[in-house]
Formats: sequence, C-alpha cells, structure tokens
Amino acid sequence: MSKVMVDVHGVRKSFGPVEVLRGVDLQVRAGEVTVVLGPSGSGKSTLLRTINHLEKVNSGWVSIDGELIGYRRSGDKLYELRERDVLKQRTHIGFVFQNFNLFPHLTVLENLVEAPVSALRRSRKEAEETAHRLLDRVGLADRAGAYPRQLSGGQQQRVAIARALALEPKVLLFDEPTSALDPELVGEVLDVIRDLGRTGTTMIVVTHEIGFAREVADTVVFMDDGLVVEQGPPSEVLDRPQHERTRTFLSKVL
Amino acid sequence: MGSPTETAPPGTGLPSDGDSTRTAPPPDGPATLEVVPVRHYARWVAVAAVLVLVAQFTHGLATNPVWEWGVFGDYILSDTIVQAVWVTLQLTAYATVLGFVLGTVLAFMRLSRNPVLQTVSWTYIWVFRSIPMIVQLVFWFNLSALYERLGVGIPFGPVFWSVDSNSLIGTIGAAVIGLTLHQAAYAAEIVRGGVLAVDEGQLEASAALGLPRLRQIRRIVLPQAMRAILPTAGNEIIGLLKGTSVVYVMAIGELFYQTQVIYGRNGRVIPLLLVATAWYVLLTSVLSIAQYYVERHYAKGADRSTPPTPLQRARRLLTGVRSAAARRRDPVVPRSSPHPESQGDSR
Ligand SMILES: Nc1ncnc2c1ncn2[C@@H]1O[C@H](COP(=O)(O)OP(=O)(O)O)[C@@H](O)[C@H]1O
Ligand SMILES: [Mg+2]
Repeated sequence: MSKVMVDVHGVRKSFGPVEVLRGVDLQVRAGEVTVVLGPSGSGKSTLLRTINHLEKVNSGWVSIDGELIGYRRSGDKLYELRERDVLKQRTHIGFVFQNFNLFPHLTVLENLVEAPVSALRRSRKEAEETAHRLLDRVGLADRAGAYPRQLSGGQQQRVAIARALALEPKVLLFDEPTSALDPELVGEVLDVIRDLGRTGTTMIVVTHEIGFAREVADTVVFMDDGLVVEQGPPSEVLDRPQHERTRTFLSKVL
Repeated sequence: MGSPTETAPPGTGLPSDGDSTRTAPPPDGPATLEVVPVRHYARWVAVAAVLVLVAQFTHGLATNPVWEWGVFGDYILSDTIVQAVWVTLQLTAYATVLGFVLGTVLAFMRLSRNPVLQTVSWTYIWVFRSIPMIVQLVFWFNLSALYERLGVGIPFGPVFWSVDSNSLIGTIGAAVIGLTLHQAAYAAEIVRGGVLAVDEGQLEASAALGLPRLRQIRRIVLPQAMRAILPTAGNEIIGLLKGTSVVYVMAIGELFYQTQVIYGRNGRVIPLLLVATAWYVLLTSVLSIAQYYVERHYAKGADRSTPPTPLQRARRLLTGVRSAAARRRDPVVPRSSPHPESQGDSR
C-alpha cells in the first residue's frame, strides 16, 4: 500500500458559536482519488480549506506528506507558522475553486506562469514551457494568449486546473469544480480530472456528480453536519450505504 | 430620406440582404412598403438654437475689446508664465505621486488585520480630511515658528543632530508636503475603495497558489483595483492641478500667483485671467486624454475585446465613408439575388 499523503486528524473548526467541523479524520494515500459527498452546509468546503490552511483549525491537525500544515511542532506544542512559511507550504497543495478564480487581467499563459515564477522562483522560460505542456494536456494549447473572459466556463475551469498543476503539487483539492458550469460543459472538465486520476495524481474532489464518483474514486467519503459519516470504496458507500443519512442523501441526488 | 435604401423586403419579416435591396427593390410592387424613420424636428430646432448661441458667444469673444486678445497673446507664452506653468506642473506631479504612494500605504494599513495599523490609518485620514488645505499650507509655511529646529535623537532625551526647519523644507517643499499630506488622505480612501471592489476570490486564489504577499497586492489586486480607482483618481488629480493655485498664499510662483503679480502691475485683469484659464484648460485636457488611455490599459481582459481608440474609430469611420462613396459611384450589380421565399424554406 502506498504511503499516506494527506492526513487529517481530529479537525474541529468553528465560525463564531457554530461548529462546522466536529472532529474530522481523513486519510488519503498517494495516487488515490477521494471523492467527498454530502449535503450543502455539511462542511465540505471548510474541510478542503483547512487542508491548505485557508482556514485555521480550532483543534486537530493536517499533514501533507508527513509535514504539518500551518504549524511547527515542538514537544507537545504546536506553534503557528508565519504567513511566509504557510505560503510556501501551499505551493505543494493545488486548489481548484468552484468559481475558477482565474486572474482576469492576465492571459491564460500568464495565469499559469505567475506562481511558478514568483512563488517557486522558476525561470520564466522554464515556466512557460511547462505552461504550454499543461495547456496541451487540458486541450487548450491554442488559447495561451486569450484572456479568461474570452473563454467558456468549461475552458476556464480547465485553465484553472492547469494553473494548479503548474506548481507540481503533491495533492490537488477540487471544491465542486463543475457546479458553476452549464450542464453541457461539465463533461469536458470531468474528463480532465478523470485523466489526472488515471495518471496517479493524488486528489480530493468535492462534487455532486455521483456517476463520476463511482467511476473515478478509490474512496468515497460521505460527510454530514461536520462529521465523516462513512467512507469506503464506491461499491460500498454508494451501493450499500450503512447509514440512514447516507441513504437519504443518495436518494435525493441520484 | 425616403430613398430606396430604406425599403423593406416584402412583408415576409425576413432580414434583407443589404446589397440586393439597395440596388434593386423587390419586383412585386404592391407588397413593397417604405420605412420612414422617426423625424426629430425638436432636435433640429435645438441644434439651431445652440448654434446661434455659440456664434454669438464666439463673436463676442472675438470682437468685444474687454477681452484684450492682444494682451493675451503677449503673455500666453511669455517666459514668466511658462515658468509658472512649470512650477504648477511640478507641484501637481510631486503631490500626485507622493500623495498616491502614501495613500496606497494608508489604504493597505486600513485594510490590514493589524488593529494598530488600522487605527493609525483611520486617524490620519480623519485628521487630514478635517483640516482645510489652505489652513494646512499656511501651517507648514509657518512651521519654523512652531518648531524652530528639527532634530534626531532619543525620544524625550538628548538630540544628536538638528537643522533649522525653514531651511530644511523651503517654501516649495512646504507646499509639496502640504499638498501631499492632504492628497494622501483622499487617495487612501480611493485606493481602499478600489481594493474592496476586487473579488475576494482573487486574493484566495493568490494565497492558494502561495504567491508572496507583496506580489499578491502588486500583481493581482492593484491592477484590478485600478479599474475602480482610475475614474476617481483622475478627478482627484485634475482637482489637485487646479488646487495648486491655492499655494499662491505662500507666494510661490505658480501659474495663478504669477498671473496675479502681472495684473497687479499692469491692471489687465481679464486677459491675464484668460491666460491662466487657457493653461488650466490645456493641462486638464492633456490629463483627461492620458486618463482615457490609462483606463484602457487597465481594462485589459475586462471585456471580451478592447474597444477601439478614438483614433482607430476615426480611421474606421473614414474608410467606411470612402468605401460607401465608392459603392455609390459604381453600384454593385446584385449577384443573382435569391427570392425571399426560397430563403425562408432553408430555415
Ligand atoms: N467564513 C465563514 N463564516 C461563517 N460561517 C461560515 C463561513 N464559511 C462557512 N460557514 C458556514 O459553515 C457551514 C459549512 O459550510 P461549507 O463548508 O461551505 O459547507 P459545504 O461546502 O459542505 O456546502 C455552513 O453553515 C456555512 O454557512
Ligand atoms: Mg461548498
């Protein structure tokens, strides 16, 4: 069995008086695809955002490839890292947003080159070569000079995926990557993600596409009300759910 | 008006093929209907009235001896005035650049999560928006009366080095400081407004990609904030350009002060005010044009295609007129114009 790439341990997170994550444990092995399902408001986005430390946790911890995210451990104390060090850690964690969040004033190529050059100090030439290769991979080799608003939603999301890949991250996090898309554009984005899964990219994908989960996921995680209710291979969680809440949810989305 | 150009295709409701209708109206006579555009009679009356007024005004400007165009001509490019324009420009440039740099720093202090920085910024803006600019200028002018010497040393302790404050800043320096501090308070709010207009997802994406903090601001946030900043900033800079005339109270030889000096000597008030006005109008026009192009630069990617510049638009209009004229000279014979009915079938 491959090593554990993402380790989420007892994570709790509150916004004011509301506890949104109530002790979440999750392990993702290198090269595996984990799909997270769950009703709206169950804490899926918050979980992803704690993994790359866009949200600080109240207790528990997250580690990627054995490295604590956002903290440094000394004895039995966790010391918060400075922002600069957190930013460096984030270059190992790709994040794809529901709304793409491409930089609209930069061309597609500039969007892909920005982080490798300014965060990883790669040479521009090297970064551009990588960018062209990645654009080719997501089927947009000819749109390098376009601005994001000149592209369709599906194309924009594929650029966003390529932008995340440009940092050669250890894990890719997707927060409902197809929820903002017109139905006919969902397929092209899922195709790209499926392709990444086949080539051994470690991924956590939050989605409502059950068919995609069944086909691509190694593990399906069902979350409700800030807790992981059950997890396992798709054949178990999707076809023989053990928990009432999972059954209710699946009956609604299928 | 009622030329054959405006004849519609017979009541099929189909879009017409421009060429065929222009040169050959459809044959079936009774169904041919003429389109008569709305006629704006009132508009023509208004145009005539405005033209008469403009003509009267221009005539008055040219012929009424009060304006003394000769005197205007003598002074508009005189050394003194050109020199004064240069001073005005320098004051504007320094105060704009320094004011917006300080303003941007203040804006990000105000937006930061650090309560100390927030409070300092808020207080600065509160103080400098409260004090009238002219009061502040006179204050700086008289600084030496308050602090005769500015020194460096341990707070409340011994002073190591000091200098006479009036000789350190000088009059122009005092004016620049006054204008800058005033400008910075307004610039801070303009920049803050622009930054708040940028989608929060942009900062999130920058943070998720691990871009260094300064880079996030300089490369991602500010260029997008510029779209919201520029129209107001343009106003502000043009206001400042004219606002520099206030420093005449400090006897600095900028445009308005020199104008006053000259008409104080020769009594030709009106033509000299005209000289000042002409220069202010010219400088403002240049700034407005510059603003247009800077805004256009920062609009990159905001629309699906960049709008043409006025120059490109003019050129396009010219070529359009020329080709239209050419068409009129040798009308194109319609290429076997299809019947509207057959077009309808293909739908
Ligand atoms: N920044 C925030 N401040 C306050 N409440 C938040 C914030 N972000 C999320 N929440 C709340 O946390 C809960 C879980 O949100 P989220 O993680 O986005 O759920 P999901 O992605 O599963 O729909 C929701 O009730 C939401 O309103
Ligand atoms: Mg969500």
